[in-house]
Amino acid sequence: MPVDRFVRPLNAGIAVLLFAALFSLPSVTLSAGEATPVAENPELEARVQSLSRNLRCLVCQNESVAESRAPLAVDLRAQVREQLGAGKSEAEVVDFMVSRYGDFVLYRPPFKASTALLWLGPLVLLVGGLGWLLLRLRSREQEPALHLTEDERRRARALLEGNPADSEEQRS
Amino acid sequence: MKAKFLVPLAIFLALAGFLGYGLTLNPSVVPSPLVGKPAPAFQLAKLDAPQETFGVDDMRGQVWLLNVWASWCVSCRQEHPYLVEMAGTGGIPVIGLNYKDERQAAIGWLRAQGDPYLATVTDEDGRVGIEYGVYGTPETFLIDKDGVIRYKHIGPINRDTVQKVLMPMIAELSRAG
Repeated sequence: MPVDRFVRPLNAGIAVLLFAALFSLPSVTLSAGEATPVAENPELEARVQSLSRNLRCLVCQNESVAESRAPLAVDLRAQVREQLGAGKSEAEVVDFMVSRYGDFVLYRPPFKASTALLWLGPLVLLVGGLGWLLLRLRSREQEPALHLTEDERRRARALLEGNPADSEEQRS
Repeated sequence: MKAKFLVPLAIFLALAGFLGYGLTLNPSVVPSPLVGKPAPAFQLAKLDAPQETFGVDDMRGQVWLLNVWASWCVSCRQEHPYLVEMAGTGGIPVIGLNYKDERQAAIGWLRAQGDPYLATVTDEDGRVGIEYGVYGTPETFLIDKDGVIRYKHIGPINRDTVQKVLMPMIAELSRAG
């Protein structure tokens, strides 16, 4: 039968696929192990992460303690984890770091006399710039408008019409 | 306002002045907030005798240096001769803080390079290092008779540091009280 001729190879193909799937199944279940938890206490780990993102790694200064793989950053993360785990507040841990490494350890330096220029500088520049611009605009407004006499107007018109001879004539 | 055209030049010079000054600064040197504060206490095992401990209190009444070093630290090798020299002249006791090192490696290193330290204590997990705000080796702290940190040197010391910075401070602190 003509139909059989088409069906048979198809059946064979499906059988091969099933066979292959049968063999590949056990290997799939074996390789997929149970995912180990990253942290024993995910909530604590989240606090450690968010706090250490605001701490500068002093070895590689453009990386935060949360990102850096420097040994010191690993140690500092461990300190943060330990202290938060022991029930200290975020502020207390930050104080601990600042008292040892200085304000430089913070990406957001506190506002005080030595950092006033840092915090206020851009604002001062902005206000100063706007003030200067305003003064300029106002003084320009007060400049008297240019008034031409009838004679000057005629010369100007002559020049605009491309007739310099006319304007010269007027001047003499 | 004839000199108006000089204004951009003046702004440029001011900016160049600031940037030029910035070039002379070393961004890897972070001023320590611990200068002027009591040296954090520690009680650590000695390198050569792990069953014995040594601490800041053992140095009370003396002006001394705390040198943070490790056998894996390259620039420590660079500064070491000056420490040996300083200890040799008997000017000042130097205590070594062996930072995150292996005991055998550290002992071998001192044997090879010379041992300038009155005592060396081991800070295996770097905890005392964190107390002192250590963020790299070598670092050297000058501590006075009352146990107050008077100066912190970051990076290897050299002859200039010893003669122009450390020695005058040590002389002054030794005279005081």
